[in-house]
Amino acid sequence: MAEADTHQRSLGRQAAKLALYALGMFGFGFLLVPLYDVFCEVTGLNGKTGGKYQYEQAQASVDESRAVTMQFTANNNAAMPWEVRPMQHQVTFHPGELVQVTFYARNPTGQRMVAQAVPSVVPFKSADYLHKTECFCFTQQILDAGEAVEMPLIFFVDRALPADVSKMTLSYTLFDVTQNFAAKGKALSAN
Amino acid sequence: MATGHGHDDHHHGPAKGITRWLYTTNHKDIGTMYLVFSLAMFLLGGTFALVIRAELFQPGLQFVTPNFFNQMTTMHGLVMVFGAVMPAFVGLANWMIPMMIGAPDMALPRMNNWSFWILPFAFLMLSSTLFMDSGAPNFGWTFYAPLSTTYAPSSVTFFIFAVHMMGVSSIMGSINIIATIQNLRAPGMTYMKMPLFVWTWLITAYLLLAVMPVLAGVVTMMLFDIHFGTSFFSAAGGGDPVLFQHVFWFFGHPEVYIMILPAFGVVSEIVSTFSRKRLFGYDSMVYATSSIAFLSFIVWAHHMFTTGMPLAGELFFMYATMLIAVPTGVKVFNWIATMFKGSISFETPMLFAIAFVVLFTMGGFTGLMLAISPADFQYQDTYFVVAHFHYVLVPGAVFSIMAATYYWLPKWTGNMYDENLGRLHFWLSFIGINVLFFPQHFLGLAGMPRRIPDYALQFADFNMLSSIGAFIFGFSQLLFVFIVIKAARGGKKATAEVWDGSHGLEWTVPSPAPYHTFSTPPVIK
Repeated sequence: MAEADTHQRSLGRQAAKLALYALGMFGFGFLLVPLYDVFCEVTGLNGKTGGKYQYEQAQASVDESRAVTMQFTANNNAAMPWEVRPMQHQVTFHPGELVQVTFYARNPTGQRMVAQAVPSVVPFKSADYLHKTECFCFTQQILDAGEAVEMPLIFFVDRALPADVSKMTLSYTLFDVTQNFAAKGKALSAN
Repeated sequence: MATGHGHDDHHHGPAKGITRWLYTTNHKDIGTMYLVFSLAMFLLGGTFALVIRAELFQPGLQFVTPNFFNQMTTMHGLVMVFGAVMPAFVGLANWMIPMMIGAPDMALPRMNNWSFWILPFAFLMLSSTLFMDSGAPNFGWTFYAPLSTTYAPSSVTFFIFAVHMMGVSSIMGSINIIATIQNLRAPGMTYMKMPLFVWTWLITAYLLLAVMPVLAGVVTMMLFDIHFGTSFFSAAGGGDPVLFQHVFWFFGHPEVYIMILPAFGVVSEIVSTFSRKRLFGYDSMVYATSSIAFLSFIVWAHHMFTTGMPLAGELFFMYATMLIAVPTGVKVFNWIATMFKGSISFETPMLFAIAFVVLFTMGGFTGLMLAISPADFQYQDTYFVVAHFHYVLVPGAVFSIMAATYYWLPKWTGNMYDENLGRLHFWLSFIGINVLFFPQHFLGLAGMPRRIPDYALQFADFNMLSSIGAFIFGFSQLLFVFIVIKAARGGKKATAEVWDGSHGLEWTVPSPAPYHTFSTPPVIK
């Protein structure tokens, strides 16, 4: 009988170990979220751009030997009714040079709405070299009924940008986050 | 003995009435319940499929609205994967593993009872969404976000909890199977003497344990996105919908091997029995199964070639996927080598097993075509994909389950099934399935998209053919139900060995297998 008891106990121990392993894999599923972010940051996958960048004159000497063209596009996500467009369609500049452009947005509805712009840049491998010192995507845009706004974007492109990249496209997608905003009562922060 | 209901009392028969099934901890009872449940779900999921095929019989909208059509494709996938195929294999594991390794029961009998009884409630909850105002989930069995979060019907929450329950059931089931195989083998039954069905299930159980929690995780993230304002998959809040696909397919790809590895085990047993030869290359079968299980974890993004991966990613996942053809090829050649110069007889289980080898290999080849990343951009989301995975799942997993049922039915019931009806069922299924799915290859290559209730006129003929095949296959399964019931009620008495070339411990106990077997372990030389 004692033997059967130890047998039962060792079975119980193994079951507990396996259950712990399953629990660990449940955690691993959630770990994939930050891992994915790190992976995207390292590889520039999905064209995710970084957050607010501190511009220092010293590090950003201008490389006059080549020029880069940046094209801009802005779209609405799904049911977002805003009018949104870049005010310049493209600019050409040197790596290291600080560039300012503006985007226009208007809320044509009868309600006060909150929008979040989500950036993406192609080619993906250039995402890491785009540094934004000021962007409307760092905060949310709150527009009253019928209100319009001109939104600034200030950026420069790192001198280390791979030599074969001469043209980049920066796209913004506007999401309607009025409900999230109301629910949280404060600004969400994305990049 | 009036109160002798404890599970340590080994000398009583089953209790009477409904409580036998509610309280049972007997692996044979639980195995039977799993199999009956799975058959019921197979018929339910099959009904959904027939709604789909009826709608696609002709172009235009005939019977259902597009939204209901989407609900049907979703529910068909979910019910077949989680309700029919997986529980069927767990049922076979419950019945056969203890008898194959000389154990008196599963290692954790009480937990075994729980793993089963969670399932009917999970599927009751999932099916109840069909009667809700919002309708059932309509975002496909892969439930990609944001379709399943931002744009989901409100019934999605029921879907999420149903998936949680199925997950808990599968995890408990696999813990039980691992504990049984690792601790309860009869003296002398070393790992490399275990029947291949036991081996494939051991590996499958580890796969389940690794990925079902990830599935539970991904639906939990959905739950939080929907109800608690998080943004795992919402780009507006800093999340990423593509992340959903990564996490889902990290579960999803091993999942497809979860549905096919036990089938490999079943077919290995049957091919060897009816060829009256030992399985060719037993060791290589074990290693091939393990390699497939390992590879299944590093190929998930081949489902996502068109999401804009870097070139290096496309290449890695393409080559890793193609590598799976090597161990799979080893298996196919081993089955053929087992049959080579064997004294083969073609009883129903063997017919299904041979059809498995041929048709599964065809499904494998179309899988290789899909693995070629540049070509995948054309095949993505067309009927070619539908044809591919139905070839590996229906004449693959489902045929192996039917083969297993015919093979072990005499052991379970003590009666031989009607061989003529069995063969009729096989031929109807075999012809039905090919008429059903083969034309879908052509439809897909010509560009017909999946999950759409209507189609261009040029696809009309093949769709009609496919629907005719679907109805032949679907209704011939009623014959299967009839054959099983008939054998359960009576028929020619089966001997202990049942088959001429049978080998293994399960054939040393009488037919039908007594309620308790191997209370004292057999000795294996």
